[in-house]
Amino acid sequence: MQVTRDFSHYVRDAGEGVQHIDLAVEGVHCAGCMAKIERGLSAIPDVTLARVNLTDRRVALEWKAGTLDPGRFIDRLEELGYKAYPFETESAEVAEVAESRFLLRCLGVAAFATMNVMMLSIPVWSGNVSDMLPEQRDFFHWLSALIALPAAAYAGQPFFRSAWRALSAKTTNMDVPISIGVILALGMSVVETIHHAEHAYFDAAIMLLTFLLVGRFLDQNMRRRTRAVAGNLAALKAETAAKFIGADEISQVPVAAIHPGDIVLLRPGERCAVDGTVIEGRSEIDQSLITGETLYVTAEQGTPVYAGSMNISGTLRVRVSAASEATLLAEITRLLDNALQARSRYMRLADRASRLYAPVVHATALLTILGWVVAGASWHDAIVTGVAVLIITCPCALGLAIPTVQTIASGAMFKSGVLLNSGDAIERLAEADHVIFDKTGTLTLPDLEVMNAADIPADIFELAGRLALSSHHPVAAAVAQAAGAKSPVVGAVEEAGQGVRATVDGVELRLGRPSFCGAETLVGRATVDPEASIVAFSKGNEKFVLSVRQGLRPDAQAVIAALKARNIGIEILSGDREPAVKAAAHALEIPEWRAGVTPADKIARIEELKQRGAKVLMVGDGMNDAPSLAAAHVSMSPISAAHLSQATADLVFLGRPLAPVVAAIDASRKALHLMRQNLWLAIGYNVLAVPVAISGVVTPLIAAAAMSGSSILVMLNSLRARSASREIV
Amino acid sequence: MEILVILVPLALMLGGAGLVAFLWSLKSGQYDDLDGAAWRAIADDEPPQEAPAKR
Repeated sequence: MQVTRDFSHYVRDAGEGVQHIDLAVEGVHCAGCMAKIERGLSAIPDVTLARVNLTDRRVALEWKAGTLDPGRFIDRLEELGYKAYPFETESAEVAEVAESRFLLRCLGVAAFATMNVMMLSIPVWSGNVSDMLPEQRDFFHWLSALIALPAAAYAGQPFFRSAWRALSAKTTNMDVPISIGVILALGMSVVETIHHAEHAYFDAAIMLLTFLLVGRFLDQNMRRRTRAVAGNLAALKAETAAKFIGADEISQVPVAAIHPGDIVLLRPGERCAVDGTVIEGRSEIDQSLITGETLYVTAEQGTPVYAGSMNISGTLRVRVSAASEATLLAEITRLLDNALQARSRYMRLADRASRLYAPVVHATALLTILGWVVAGASWHDAIVTGVAVLIITCPCALGLAIPTVQTIASGAMFKSGVLLNSGDAIERLAEADHVIFDKTGTLTLPDLEVMNAADIPADIFELAGRLALSSHHPVAAAVAQAAGAKSPVVGAVEEAGQGVRATVDGVELRLGRPSFCGAETLVGRATVDPEASIVAFSKGNEKFVLSVRQGLRPDAQAVIAALKARNIGIEILSGDREPAVKAAAHALEIPEWRAGVTPADKIARIEELKQRGAKVLMVGDGMNDAPSLAAAHVSMSPISAAHLSQATADLVFLGRPLAPVVAAIDASRKALHLMRQNLWLAIGYNVLAVPVAISGVVTPLIAAAAMSGSSILVMLNSLRARSASREIV
Repeated sequence: MEILVILVPLALMLGGAGLVAFLWSLKSGQYDDLDGAAWRAIADDEPPQEAPAKR
């Protein structure tokens, strides 16, 4: 059978006989890498463009159509020492990029208008106390209106739209008072200008929009960056499948290019990337990523297999029912839908603040107007004072209070290996006081490890590792990796379902099932660990037993201790068998654990904790954890998790250690503290400014100074979130 | 004060030119890779031996 690599799915036509491909590249982090990659790729003849994007860690390549195979770029990058894989932009990321550009354009327009209106306002402020003629002042006001009105109409769109959406849905959000304030300030200023009045608030209104757009852009940029990283990680997993393109011919194609009805080949040691049904072959499969159960399941004709299952022993032909993860176990889909609905009811801190804030401010403005009328002022003067109250209380600092902290805190979390999936995850994570861990793949590592390597002579272990290189079996792969084996034993033969054997210097070597190596007698002593797979190795008459299993994450114990020190409740809910869960719970000193738990049971347990008032953080990776990840107050997944769980979790952490869980909790607690502090600062400013506004002595100069002063104060306070998450565990 | 007739349009034109320049740079993708652009400024030029190969 011929195997070819096919990347044509990712190649785009860039016009004029030029083809384009985007590659996600791992390990690019400096100018040196950038120059090395660009030179290395440009040196290939017929390449017309090779440009690295250091922010997104991607390379854009263009070449003359038909001259090169994209696989060659990946090989070249591998020679240079970088792992790369073609990359397809998800629609979610495209939307984020477009939104981010729109906000930048709005910000550009608003900043331009602010600067020019300010240039016109300053002469008016100084002229009011000196000798400016009323005609000159009117001229300056009209010019300001000419700049500010179109600019506000364009740059205010993000706020007006969001406010309109909220009002249509009969709720309110932060954008409602913002929009009312801006529109009233501009409207009143136009009326005042027509009547040749002394004060106009064009500068305040447009400056408010500029400051708020800064906050909005920072918030948006944080989400865009997360999407880009998540997209790269998905691409670098390089999920491919061996698809039959003829009766006996297979092609290694990316999962994105597989369609329902295709037939794929699943070899031993491969992880299935699609959902489907076995049509030929017989094997054992490891479904731990889907069910949490570490015991292997027998697959034969008619058995459904799900994306994420690992094929262990035999070769299978699978008819694809859905590429990637379009279909799931029906039970999980139903639970997930219910849980997601429940979660959307959470109200962000900013929205809660504005729900209290808007009525108070609007009532104050109304009372001011009525109060002045009762006190004998004209309706015109009373309304001007009322609008001044709205302008001075407009939530400029309030609009910046949360996005600035979020941006800085997410940057700090990013450095400690945590990605945020949702913007309000920081607030919810900070409230968490009870952690539920899944066992398989979360507390333990997803890869297998040799547990008793220290008991075996080093030279024997090395030989076993070299022999293991000739087998596709995942357990053999773990032995080979643990032994650091590089060169396979020459002439090794694999016997399917049994093991590998070879003859070196007249001595027969065997690695495989204990019976295959004649080592059954040794096994009795070794099988204390219920979770381990036992393999035997024999060299002539010398026989050894290796115990292979999923090890705990290296710092799991320290992390559990750190969580306990923070007074956070911990428990394990696992779909795995009781002895395996018990062993892990015992090793980590977690008294509360449950084994053999179904997805519905997990949700029931979370609901029970919720009833008691606990805020649950769920940490899990399997597809069976997805509904409980959605049901929990906040959730985290390791990067090795099933797609579905990763997409459902609020936060995703990278790498082998578990420490990011603690780091993220610490960083978010600090961030929430700063957010609250910022809100109080903003409210404190209002408490000082409102009486001044009510008394009717506010001039545009005072409004502008107060607004920028409070915004800068809030931004500076947010910067303190940078020092968060330095000390780990 | 007649000088305003020249100065005000001049100031607006300069500001407008700045805005147009910003929008153009945004459109041509100059903010897509801020980290990379920072390093490119100080990167060495292409080594001379590669230059003839391109022509």
